[in-house]
Amino acid sequence: MSAVTELNVQLDAEGFMTDPNQWTPEIAAVLARDEGIEELTERHWQVINFVREEYFKTGQSPTLRTISKKSGVDTKELYQLFPKGPAKKVARIAGLSKPKGCI
Amino acid sequence: MSEQPRKLAIICSKGSLDMAYPGLVLANAARMMGIEASIFFTFWGMDIIAKKTVDHLKVTPVGNPAMHMPQLVGGLPGVTDLATTMMKRELERLDMPPVREFLEMLHDAGCGIYACRMAAEMMHLEKEDLVEEVDDIIGAMEFLEMAEGAQLLFI
Repeated sequence: MSAVTELNVQLDAEGFMTDPNQWTPEIAAVLARDEGIEELTERHWQVINFVREEYFKTGQSPTLRTISKKSGVDTKELYQLFPKGPAKKVARIAGLSKPKGCI
Repeated sequence: MSEQPRKLAIICSKGSLDMAYPGLVLANAARMMGIEASIFFTFWGMDIIAKKTVDHLKVTPVGNPAMHMPQLVGGLPGVTDLATTMMKRELERLDMPPVREFLEMLHDAGCGIYACRMAAEMMHLEKEDLVEEVDDIIGAMEFLEMAEGAQLLFI
């Protein structure tokens, strides 16, 4: 957790960033490590960049289903890239708030 | 206690369109947040995973207290199809996939999908009569063994 606290960004009680504009790729790498993902590959970045683009376009975090349909990374791969709970992990690493969608 | 990973086991016993989605949505939500999930389809729930019926599930207004219409109206010709069309439209608006696609998504998400052996025998259904995503046809005892320590839901 120390690397995360040293980031000097505002996090909510569950560790999600409160201001997506504070996000940088370096922050993503630290948050990813905190989520147990040692290194962010090109495929991870494809998801993270898509999620951020969607967020700034629509004002909402895209659902996991939207990500699997439109980012070029399917459901199976999403679960491999972000094991044990991709919905929360993707949002957290991308600097967005906790997702609320049901799908 | 808290060291045990959280698990969810769902028994789907009803095969109408409006009773299919709650189990599918909950299992998917569990997987999305890293909770282990499995679904056991039994009795009319078999319609959700049988190739013949999966794409033709309907909302039946008769005897359905959520329909807010006189029972007599619900029984009129065409009302079931109308209710089904309306519900499908709303589901699509919410970006809910059709049932067959939902099962694919759950399977890809690592949710266990099981058919009840007794129900399969009762309805003369073999493994090849069920959608590909079904992991296995198993007995109730096997499912309960698998569900040890899980939170259990009966729908």
